[in-house]
Order: sequence, then C-alpha cells, then structure tokens
Amino acid sequence: MKRVALNGNYAVAYAVKMADVDFVAAYPITPQTPIVEKISEFIANGELEAEYVNVESEHSAISACIGASLTGARVFTATSSQGLAYMHEVLFMASSLRTPIVMANVNRALSHPLNIWNDHSDAMPERDCGWIQFWVESAQEAFDTTIQAFKIAEEVLLPVMINLDGFILSHVYEAVELPDEELVREYIPSKPLINRVSPKLSYTIGVVGPPEYYFEMKYQALEAIERSRNNINNVNKEFSKVFGRKYGNVNEHMMEDAKYVLITMGAVTGTAKFVVNELRKKGEKVGLLSIRCFRPFPKDEIIKLLEDVKGVGVLDRALTPGGPGHPLYTDICCALYNAKNRPIIQSFVGGLGGRDILIDDFIKMFEIVKEVSEEGRPKPCIYIGLRE
Amino acid sequence: MKTWKEIPIGAMIIEPGNSVEFDVTTWRVFRPILDKSKCTKCGLCWIYCPEGAIMIKEDGSYEINLSYCKGCGICQKSCNVKAITMVREYEESST
Ligand code: SF4
Ligand code: SF4
Repeated sequence: MKRVALNGNYAVAYAVKMADVDFVAAYPITPQTPIVEKISEFIANGELEAEYVNVESEHSAISACIGASLTGARVFTATSSQGLAYMHEVLFMASSLRTPIVMANVNRALSHPLNIWNDHSDAMPERDCGWIQFWVESAQEAFDTTIQAFKIAEEVLLPVMINLDGFILSHVYEAVELPDEELVREYIPSKPLINRVSPKLSYTIGVVGPPEYYFEMKYQALEAIERSRNNINNVNKEFSKVFGRKYGNVNEHMMEDAKYVLITMGAVTGTAKFVVNELRKKGEKVGLLSIRCFRPFPKDEIIKLLEDVKGVGVLDRALTPGGPGHPLYTDICCALYNAKNRPIIQSFVGGLGGRDILIDDFIKMFEIVKEVSEEGRPKPCIYIGLRE
Repeated sequence: MKTWKEIPIGAMIIEPGNSVEFDVTTWRVFRPILDKSKCTKCGLCWIYCPEGAIMIKEDGSYEINLSYCKGCGICQKSCNVKAITMVREYEESST
C-alpha cells in the first residue's frame, strides 16, 4: 500500500490498470481525456497488457466494448457529456446483451449552450438504460468504486457506470491510498464468463426480439439489476474487509438524531459536509445523505434513514423540463410516497453548467428546509444562485 | 414458449439451427398452391424462396411446407409455367 497524490481521473486510470483490464476503446472528450491518456501510457509502457482501440467516435467506442466484452474480455471505457449522449442507443444494448463493461463518466453539462463544466445533465438522461450507476465524492472513492465495479459487473453480467464530477473531482489532486496490485488482482481475478463467443463456440448475438419474446428478454435484464442489490451490498461488505474502507449505497453524515436533511450526489457532498459540521456546532440537528448507488435506487435504505426526519431538501444538478420534479427529487418522492412517516420534501436545483454551490448556498438550503417543514408544505423548486 | 428464466442470458441463440422450431404460418395473408400437373420440376421456386419452405421430395417433385411459408409470393412470380397460384388464407369480411 502507498499513499499518493492523484486527481479523480488518474485515480480511475490506476484502478483500471490494477484491475488488469484486457480491452479499452475510447474517444477523447473533456474532462474525461486524462483517464484514457493515462491508460494508453500504461499500455505503451508495458505496465498494462491490454488492447487499446482508437475509434472515430463514442458510438464506436461503446460498440467495440460490447464486442470485446462478448468474448469474455475485461473491458473499460470512459466518456463525458456529448460523448455519453452519442452512446445513448448502444447503452441499452450493452445492458440487454449483459456485457459487464465498466465505464467512467466524468460529469459535464450537455449543450446548448456549449459548456465543458460540471453538472449531472449527461448521466441523468441515461438512468433508464439498464446500467448500474454510481456517483462518487472523492478521488479515493473513484478508485475504490472502479475496483468494485468490475466485481459487481462480472457477477451480475451488467454494465456499470461510475460518475465523477468534471474538474471539481476529475482534475483536483487528493491523497489516495493505492493498495498493492496483487491484492487487487486477488480480489477481482479474471475468470471465464458464461455464454461468451470464441472460435470454438459460435452464438447468434443481437437477435431480433419479436413481440413474442421482447418482453421476456427485457425482463431478464430488469431482474438482473434488481438482483444486483444483493451483490452490491456484499461487495461493499467484502471490500471493507479487504481494503479497510467502508461504503454504502447511501453515504450518511451526522444522521443519528437529524431532523433536517439534505440529499446530494457527487463531489458537492464535501462542501455540504463542512456546512453540516458548522451547523451542528451551533446545535442545529442537521444531517446529510449522498446517493452513491443511484441505479439500482436504494429505496428501502432511504425510507429507513428518513424515518424520524421532519424535512428533506433534495439537490438536483440536472433538469427534467416540464416534469413533475427534477430527476433526483422525483425519485426521492417516489421512494417515500408509501413510507409510514413521510418528511416534507423540498426541491432545489443548483450548480448547473459548473456554477459553484457555495457554503452560504448550503446554509440557505438548510434554512429553507427548516422553514418549509415548520409550515408543513414545500415551496416550488428553488433555483440556487439563479439571477432573477 | 420460453419464460424469461429459460431464455439464454442476453437473448443469445446458443443452439444453432433452431429456426426449424419457428412456425410462421400466422404471418400469411396469401397461401401458395402448387399444381403438380403443371410443374416442370425446374427448381426455380426452390432457389428463390427466401424461407427455404419449398421441399424436393424423393421422387423429384416439389412441395411447399406451409409451416415455414410466410406467403410472400416470390415463388409464384418465379415460376415460368404458372404452376403456383396465391389464394387468400381467409375470406374477406363482408362489411
Ligand atoms: S410464398 Fe414465399 S415463403 Fe411461401 S413458399 Fe412461396 S416463396 Fe416461399
Ligand atoms: S418454379 Fe414452377 S415449375 Fe419450377 S419447380 Fe417451382 S412450381 Fe415447378
């Protein structure tokens, strides 16, 4: 084990190297590019024995990954924003063909207007594509989650997307504990997967699913992601035993007696934690949840964690224009609708296109959550930092 | 038909040659009728049928296996001596 300074992107690249990946196909896009640059460096240096395919687009990158994964290879790719959007139709095929591809998506806003900065508008439209989706808070978590992702993906035969916030995580250097490579390889040994194509076994892949079969074929992948909840919980447990760091599907902070809680995703959680600590010093009963495993959505955990909570603020960093609520807010409301004790749930949107969410913004959000909880009803969505 | 549990993972076809199990009878609107008295056994329909639904019997005569016939009518068009006619599978409703 050694402690090194790595940014979020390099943390992912190191995890990919240690996972002894066999195949990488990717197309460069800001802010993801340093991940695949570093991986190509590892391959060129002979530190990682893998096939690296330069493709002409993200659509081809993910397609090549599917082909490679179907042969049983351990496969990785990375993208951002428009690149992920360009992969859209193929993402559904990856999950239905049950290819355990691991992809890092370095979150960046979608055009228009063109914007290279961070928000979650790229990953949110892909939440129904059948992939397992993680959101990480730190470079260490990006490293650890990438290692876990290979294990989970290959156990349940589903692709896994690791979301890390562009620039504020991807380009910021933090201390990362890198385990010994042998330990990682022991933890995720390459083992043969079932139903894989080889010169000896030829299968028909990418079949037509007529009305008599499409439903059953789709249900199979749906059942797999539901079942993956158990695998993810076990991997979390096992991982903490082997590597000493503990993760849940929802990361909690100061939740024991919390009455007012904010729900976040990704790297802003760091700022939110700082604010919670400050407010706690003043005697405020505030707490924080950050959703780490967004698909499958940790519904039961959220119901349980919010049992005795009066008010909840949900911070979305993406929009659902014209919808009943923005994406995370809608999911939280849906999860809590049938809960016995339902808190007041206030919607917030902030940090679009890389706009900073400041300490004062979090303080204000907690104040509003407290206020609407006392009033007994939430206000319409509040757009944090919008000039009105 | 197979349940979701019985379909191979990823809906791959892992047993080759299983199209013999696929009956397309219900696809047809028109059914080809082969008149053996006109047929010269030239084999053109057998070549052109996209479904391989036309069989050559041991005595060299031709027969259509309707389980695999989708009713496209290509055989009728390909037959130079008009030995194949297409007839409606169902009576048109009289409304
Ligand atoms: S109608 Fe079409 S499918 Fe049927 S036997 Fe003729 S050519 Fe073949
Ligand atoms: S094309 Fe006509 S003549 Fe030739 S084999 Fe078929 S039915 Fe007979």
